[in-house]
Parts: sequence; structure tokens; C-alpha cells
Amino acid sequence: MTDTKVAPRPSPKVSDEVRKTTCYMCACRCGINVHLENGKVKYIEGNRDHPVNQGVLCAKGSAGIMQHYAPSRLRKPLKRTGPRGSGEFQEISWDEAYEIAAGWLAPLRETAPEKLAFFTGRDQSQSFTSFWAQAFGTPNYAAHGGFCSVNMAAAGIYTMGGAFWEFGQPDWDRTKLFMIFGVAEDHDSNPIKIGIGKMKGNGGRVIGVNPIRSGYNAVADDWIGITPGTDALFILAMIHELLKAGKVDLNYLSRYTNAGFLVNDNPDDADYGLFLRDKDGTPQVIDRATGKPAKYDKKGVKPDLAAHLRKGGVTYKPAFQLLAEKYLDDAYAPEKIADQCGLSAQKIKATAAELARVAFEEEITLDVEWTDWKGEKHKTMTGRPVSFHAMRGISAHSNGFQTCRALHILQILLGSVEVPGGFRFKPPYPKPPEAHPKPHAGVQPGKPLDGPHLGYPLGPEHLLINEDGSAKRIDKAYTWENPFSAHGLMHMVISNAYAGDPYKIDTLFMYMANMAWNSTMNTSEVIKMLTDKDENGDYVIPHFIYSDAYSSETVAYADLVLPDTTYLERHDCISLLDRPICEAEAAADSIRWPVVEPDRDVKGFQSALCDLGAKLGLPGFVNDDGSQKYADYADYIQNHERRPGVGPLAGFRGPNGDKNGRGEPNPNQIQAYIDNGGFWINHIPENAQFYKPWNQHYQDWAVEIGLFDAAAPYVFNLYLEPMRKLQRAAEGHGDIQPPDHLRDRVKATMTPLPEWYEPFEEAAVNKDEYPIHALTQRPMHMYHSWGSQNAWLRQITGVNKLYIPGKIWDEKGFTEEENWAYVTSTHGKIKCQVARMDALNENTVWTWNAIGKKRGAWALSEDAQEATKGFLLNHLINELLPPKGDGRRWANSDPVTGQAAWFDLRVKIEKAPPGEHVSEPALPASKSPVGQGPKDIAYGEEFK
Amino acid sequence: MTTLPTSTEKKLGLAIDLDTCVGCHACVVNCKEWNTSNYGVPLSDEDAYGAEPHGSFLNRVHTFEAQPSGGGCSQTIHFPKSCLHCDDAPCVTVCPTGASYKRTEDGIVLVNENDCMGCGLCAWACPYGARELDALAGVMKKCTLCVDRIYNENLPEEDRVPACVRTCPAGARHFGDFADPNSNVSKLVAERGGIDLMPEMGTAPVNKYLPPRPKDVPSDAALNGENKEPKGFLAWLDKALEAI
Repeated sequence: MTDTKVAPRPSPKVSDEVRKTTCYMCACRCGINVHLENGKVKYIEGNRDHPVNQGVLCAKGSAGIMQHYAPSRLRKPLKRTGPRGSGEFQEISWDEAYEIAAGWLAPLRETAPEKLAFFTGRDQSQSFTSFWAQAFGTPNYAAHGGFCSVNMAAAGIYTMGGAFWEFGQPDWDRTKLFMIFGVAEDHDSNPIKIGIGKMKGNGGRVIGVNPIRSGYNAVADDWIGITPGTDALFILAMIHELLKAGKVDLNYLSRYTNAGFLVNDNPDDADYGLFLRDKDGTPQVIDRATGKPAKYDKKGVKPDLAAHLRKGGVTYKPAFQLLAEKYLDDAYAPEKIADQCGLSAQKIKATAAELARVAFEEEITLDVEWTDWKGEKHKTMTGRPVSFHAMRGISAHSNGFQTCRALHILQILLGSVEVPGGFRFKPPYPKPPEAHPKPHAGVQPGKPLDGPHLGYPLGPEHLLINEDGSAKRIDKAYTWENPFSAHGLMHMVISNAYAGDPYKIDTLFMYMANMAWNSTMNTSEVIKMLTDKDENGDYVIPHFIYSDAYSSETVAYADLVLPDTTYLERHDCISLLDRPICEAEAAADSIRWPVVEPDRDVKGFQSALCDLGAKLGLPGFVNDDGSQKYADYADYIQNHERRPGVGPLAGFRGPNGDKNGRGEPNPNQIQAYIDNGGFWINHIPENAQFYKPWNQHYQDWAVEIGLFDAAAPYVFNLYLEPMRKLQRAAEGHGDIQPPDHLRDRVKATMTPLPEWYEPFEEAAVNKDEYPIHALTQRPMHMYHSWGSQNAWLRQITGVNKLYIPGKIWDEKGFTEEENWAYVTSTHGKIKCQVARMDALNENTVWTWNAIGKKRGAWALSEDAQEATKGFLLNHLINELLPPKGDGRRWANSDPVTGQAAWFDLRVKIEKAPPGEHVSEPALPASKSPVGQGPKDIAYGEEFK
Repeated sequence: MTTLPTSTEKKLGLAIDLDTCVGCHACVVNCKEWNTSNYGVPLSDEDAYGAEPHGSFLNRVHTFEAQPSGGGCSQTIHFPKSCLHCDDAPCVTVCPTGASYKRTEDGIVLVNENDCMGCGLCAWACPYGARELDALAGVMKKCTLCVDRIYNENLPEEDRVPACVRTCPAGARHFGDFADPNSNVSKLVAERGGIDLMPEMGTAPVNKYLPPRPKDVPSDAALNGENKEPKGFLAWLDKALEAI
């Protein structure tokens, strides 16, 4: 034995220093401890004190070193020298970059601000980027929600004042049954994993609803391998079962929802389907004590859900009765819909019975006194320990909004929202649609926009359409095509700009979304739109500015590239004005700060916007004397006030840093966050932790810390009157009318109670020819395209295959050796590898999203596995529906919100003949502006 | 030929819960991240940005599908695998230089890299495929159970666990002393029916796996639908409201 063995109890030095910041390997916003040695990042671990991840860290976060030191990092601003797509650039100074950008943008602002389309993708600074866009004056701003999960977000806001993930979470400590629908496993990733581990440890059960049994569905006690696009049918059948058996929480419904609101039930009346309101406009219920109509929010009024009212020849029924009549109908019986869902009727019945059993027989009572919004005191808090979570799987369909609504209604009928053991909101949610802004698109050359871009319309009067019916926004958000498009439609911007429909633009300005590759539908065609020239030889979309930290596919198509920093080199705030990191029992926000200084001539994009905003003289970005107002983003974070005393960060406010929520700017605020581990947390008092929309203590606390300025209790919308208002217009009422070609669609899809309809693409294609549903999922260890060039993560998943069920595998005669296939949709054809998977809906195929890469991107070799064997399903998905022969461009989007209907895709599969294979389309390489990464690496040598 | 200790004072190892492992690879990457900068030579990556990158990992997650023998739908099993620190470790006894050894004090199987000539016999001998020869350094790499963390006085006490355990989001990895019947891991194994991996190989692995709970148990439960018609529903509703 030699003496070179490790000591029995070795205690090597860990690092020189630990700096605490916020992860950005995905949008989860976990706290991280970054260990540094000799100024280099040695190790990254989860921050145990952090509310989001409580010390744990996922594969993405743990691979941060490879992201931070990736060879694909951009080094300097780039000016295009070759044709778009060639990848030929010249490195330029920031001054020159700003000169070029201002040269395009300043004249637009003075003449036609709408000719700038500014879309920011997956940034976490939307309250800042929207502030910039509003100051510029363009109506064409949004982030990526339109191609992500706006159906989930909007249905949640409209129905109950918030959805899942950033809006709320299960009561993990108390829930006993957790039902999870169609989840992207990379979102909210650590909290859900922590939660599942915890609730299973407590003996709880998980039901997974997903055509694919991976990830969370793999550990689900029950897996429901549903047919894509039929989730609403399944949910409404369970609602049918619950109503039939009377297993709904009537006390909860009558107190906390609009179940008792009286609805005009006379189909011949102009106000059919609208609420009965008094002269103040307050909806009326029938008071059980008097049998007479009364304001729903009056102290002591208890709505009668069983009564009805005759007034002026019109019958008014409580909304709950309409709901019950609708879903008690035999059309929603499990037996009627089971085949369509690919499930057995018994499975649906048993699942409904299980939900009811846990909700009503395993009731929880907390001995916590609280006072409700009507002043009534309660001795206890009653909990129904059933919780839900859902994500893109149910929302990325053209019936997704109504599906998400149906799910929230199921939660509400069970009385399981904002109660112990159920689903809980996280501040600043709950927040009903009325408390959000309305959308704005009032353009005046040389002036800011007339208000915030995005919001929640409550009727036709809030749509953004011109008198001739044309759209005010380039993405046609808030038009009759998609009236409630609360996140805009980023996936339509390039396509609409190229088509000049509704108008042409001059400059496309994008950030952090790979819109020439995996973030877009119809990738090959979008590349053509970006590179196509008009009859004068000019690009159809004249200017394209893009900001990215890495040499992504989209970089090659930009005229001007603003190099962003890595996440360890930047300032950020995860703000209560935006998408904060709150917990159900606390308000919290956090920062990123440069734990490592950049070694390249790069700048945080938001800092670049501070510079550019000042150069353009945008209000809010210059002082009275015209000088630059914010030196950089950190300066903005610390000194900007949205309302007096309310700024981007809620913690350590006031000159001494001792004020929470409200207070003057603190010049040492960021340092205070750093000293506190990178975040701030303020706990909600015990008696305010549940029933938040109706809890007086919560409302008072929320006003105190500045979430809102006056208490604003509200009730949940089982019946969604704004939908009815749109539908009513389509029936011919009112001055603001939809165009005739959309009338029937608005009537059919804007139902005030959720309805299932066949997804549009499915309805349009020949199902015999295209019999198979095709989906994508993201691996838990990667996030969009950000992690996929990561030297460690690409070893875990560097090639994606199309997973196909045994039935199709056998039918087509695939074998391990002969596993290449052509996959065709009505729109396109790709070639890829297939693999057999039996834990899969038998009519569904799927693959990992965003693994395929374009040759020349990401500093990978041109023969990288991601380019030769990886592939994108995006080539098969059009942003438009198949032509209907009417000459119109019908978006492949949800008709309520405009959400990209990624998952409506139908395909056919044929086996490729034997031979040498590469995946197709095999697009030609762009030249890498950053060269190629090193052959081999042995990270950590320098620390030995 | 290297000898194994006849017994060890402690049997440190992992209990891995297959009922909660969601297959997220957090343990895989955090292990790589810690160990590439700590014990021994780095865990290198060949062709890191090229056609087919491949590097050394001490811990990997494999995904399998299982078709229940009694019928029912297929199941997906995520199966993390690293060195099991066997009591009868064939990787140690096969080592020609004595580089591979099992510690008497805690049972951890380690490679003394200075004595390793990279012959790879140990990797061949390991029935679990738990050892990987680092291609750049030519040295055998394996799980050290984070020997440089678990006793490390430069770490806060709560962090003195293997990196994979500290980072696992689902709480599916547990570290402890299997020689102590009252340890957390021994209790978990007793409660959950923890099992050895491939016991027929006679390696007496220290690490244990906690099997998945039964899944997809058919249920004939259904609600009693008494309120069949809208009219019956109203009558029920009226009565039920009275009771509130």
C-alpha cells in the first residue's frame, strides 16, 4: 500500500468564496451558491435558504459551469457583412452598434412607431422591456407567452385570478391527491419534484394525465394515457359524475364564486346570457334569507343557488344552475366520451370517485381564525386535500383555453382552491381580470404608447381593432381572431410582417427566443421569410436586430447582434412587478448580480436598452436635461419607481433599507440583496395564508406591502361573462361587430361555460391519411435551446428519436437496425429516427423538443449529432391552418387567446428504405461567428 | 490481486428510491460537477463540441420500460446507477496493482489513482458497469461516495453528504450507514423492502434500491349518481343548501 491514498477523513478546501445569485439555466429561478476559486467558477449548488429550491438543484443548474464557459458565447456586437443566414459578420464597437440601431429606430419613432416590432422571448424582465417599448411608442411588443402557455395563464386569470406555476402551487405539505395534466417537465421543475417527493413520503398519491409516460408520469401511481386534445372532454365527464352525485362544495361555491349570479335565460332577449345587475352595475343574487335579489357582495347576503327569478318577462337563473344543466346532460357521460379520450368509462368514473373521496372524506381542518371579506368571522379553515397542476400539454391546443377553464372549474367545484391541502396562490396573485390593465395600442408619432400593451379585455370594446376592422398590432392580438390574447402572438410576428398583413414593418427587434429555429413553427419557411428579398433586392423585413448571449441559429439571420452576458455576469431582478419567486406563504423577489465579470465586450441586454433608450431620448430613459437616466440595468432596478414607493425590488427599501414592499429607493438595495443571499422574503401572517381572494387579513397585508393600493376582494368566475359578451356580439348585438367570416367561430368558441370542440387542424385534415397525433416534450435536464449545446447535457440527450407506440412500430415493420422514418404532415416532411415506446398513447408519437440544431450554430462541429441525427418537429407545424380556399390566412392558434396550437399536429409515418441516413431537412451550415469549441475538455484541472 | 477487508466498521452507502426518482439527471450532473474539480483527475469529455461527445461520469440514470406481468399499462422506470460499494467487490480483488481498495473504516471502494495503470480489469469485473476509464487521463474513475464531502470540515455539517444526495430534487437519494440498524437508510430499507441489485452476482452490494409502489391498480369505484335529471338536481340542491 502506498501513502498516496486519500486520508481517512479528508477535508479538502472547497473554494475561495461563495457568491449567491439566481440560476437562469431555465425559468425556474432557483437560488444558487456559486463557488469560486482563483476567480473561476468551481462548483454550483442549490441555496438551502432559498424559497424556490430549498437547496436542491436540477441537472440544468448543475451544468451551469459549461453554460457559463461555453465556446458559443458571443464576444462583441456583430454587424452582418454577408447575406442573411451566411453567418458572416464583422465585430464592431458598442458605439457603432448603437449608431446603427438608432439610425433605424429614431426615424421610425418620429413617423410610424408601429413599424418597430419588439418581441422579447423568454426574458424575465418584461416589466422593464415593456416599459421601454411603451416609451418608444410601438404597440408591437410582447414576450413569448403566445407560443408557450397563454391559454393556461389567461384561463386561470379569467376564471380564478391566477393559474399554475408562478401563479400558485399545491399545498405540498397537506395535499393527499395530486393530479397533474400534460406537464412540460422543465417548468417549475425543482418545486414540483420536491413536492412530489414530499407528498409521496406523506403517503399521498399522484395521478398523471399525459399521452406520454415519462418523468412525473413515470412516478404517478395512476397513469391516464389520454388522447391529445381531449382533456376537456375527460374533465367535463368527471364534472358530470360529480354533479350527478352531488359531490361539489356548495358552501364554497355560494360564498366564493359567481355560482349565485343571476343570468338572463331568455334566448330572445338582447341581454341573454348576461348577469342581472342593479343600477350601480353590481351583479345580483337571490338572497336565501329574503328570497329577493340583492347585491352579491353585500354583507350577510347568502346566495340561493336553487332559486330563480322572473322579472320583466325574463327568467334569471343562478349561473350554477346553467352549469349543472349543461354538464348533467348525457352528452358528458363517461360512456359517451371515453372512446374519444382513448380511456375506459370506468377509468373516468373511478378517477372522479377518487377526487370526491379525498376532497370530501379526507377533509382537513386548521384551527386558524380568520375574517372574510364580508366581515364574517370563521373559527377554522376547511381544507380539501386535492391539488392539480397543468401546463403546455393541455394548453397548446386550439381548444386549450376552454380546456384550462374546465380544469379550473373542476378545482373550484371541489372547493379545493385557496384552501388547506388544495391549490394555493402565490403573491401578487390572486388577481382577477378586472385588476389587470386593458390592452393599449394608441400610437402617436414621437410619443409614448397610450398605456400598457397587454392586458385582459372584458368585452368587445377592449379589442385592438381599427374602424375598418383591421388589426392594430402586427401579431393581430386582441382581434376577433383571438380576442383574449393576453400574451400576444410572437409566433405570428415574422409571418405577418413578411406577408404585410395587417401591415409592413421596418425593424424586427428580438431577444432571447430562437425564432429562426426551435422557437418558431414552420422553421424552414420562417428562414425563407427572413432571407427573402423584394423586387428592389431589399429584404422584405428590412432590418433585424437580435440580442443573444450565444451563437444560436437566429443570430445568423440578424443584421445587428447585441451580445448579452451569461447569467453569472449580469444584473437582473425577479420582480413582484413581473414574474416573482413568491411562495404561497410569502412574498419574495430576487436578483442576479455579476458573480463573475465578463471577459468579453458584452452587456446585459437590459443595460443596452438603457443606453439605447437614452440615445433615442425615450421618456423615462433621459433626465430633464436630456442626459442618460439609468447608467445600466442595476441603476434602473435600484432607482426606478413604478408608483411612488413601489419599484422593481420590494425588499430593503427606504434610505436605511428597513422598509418592506413600499418605500423610497435605497442606494444600497442591491448590496442588501447580495448580503441576504440574493433574495428577499416577507411572510404572510398565519390568518392570511388561505382564502386569499376573500380573506380580509390577506387583503390588508397585500395593500401594506404594495401589491395593490386598496383591498380588492372578488369571486371566482364559473360563468365567464366577458366570453358571453364577445359571443353576443357575434350574434349581432352591439356596435362592435366581428367580420362575418369569424361570426360562427366566435359563437362556437367563446362560450361562457367551457365547451370541448375538435382541435382545428384535426378537424381540417383527413384523419385517415394522417391518423397519428405528434407531440414534443422537453427533457427535465434541458430547457428550450439554452442548454442543448452544453458539453455535459448534450451527452445525456444529443440525439432525439421519435418515440412510437408498439402498434405502429410493428405495423410499419421497424427494427432496431431499420429505424429511420419519413414523417409527414399536411404541411411538410421530415426524416428522423424512431424508437419503440409502449408507455405511450397508442395513437401518439413524440420526441424531445429543441434537440436538433442547425449546422454551424452553437460553436458545434458541422457534423454534430444534433445536426445529423437530431431533428425538429417544428418543420411539420405550420403557423397557419391548411388553406380553406377563402384566400384568408387562418392562424394555427387558439381562437380565444391566440396560443400557438403546437400539439394539434397530425402526421403519418413510413419506414425509410435501408441505407445511410441523416435527418432531413438537412439545412446548409451558417458560418460560426465564434469559431468552434475545443475538441476535448477536462474541466477542473486548474483547481488541482 | 488485491484483498478485501473481512469486515468494515461502517457500511456507508445510498438507498435510492425508485418510487420517486423522476429521471431528471440532477444527480448525474451535480456528481460530475463536484468530482471533476475534486477527487483525482478531472472527469474529461472527448469531442465535447463534436459529432459524438463522450466523457466520464460516475453516476448515470438509465430509463427502462416495464410491462407488468399481470397485464395493465406499461411503466417507465428511471434507474440511477453508480458504484454500489460492494462488500465482495470483484473490482477490488481483480486489481493487479492494489490501486482499487475497499476502506476498512467505512466500506467505501476507492481507486488510488497514482497506482492505477488504466488496465480496465476492474471495469470488466464489475457486473454493474459502474466504473469508467477516463479516456484522456487513462485512469479508472468511480463513485467515491464523495469521500471529500462527507467528512469535510470546510463544509457546513448538513452538506457533508454526497453531492448527488444534496442535489436530488425529489428526495429520492438517501445516504447513511447500513451497518447501523437504526440509521435512516436501514430503516428505509426495512420499511420499504429495499433490495440488492443483482444479488445472484454474489457481490453483496451496500447500496440498496427501494422498489416502486404498486401502480395502476384497477379500481371499480364510481360515484352514486342520484341526481340524474336536472329537475332531481334542483331538489337535491335546495335540500343541500338548507344543510349549510
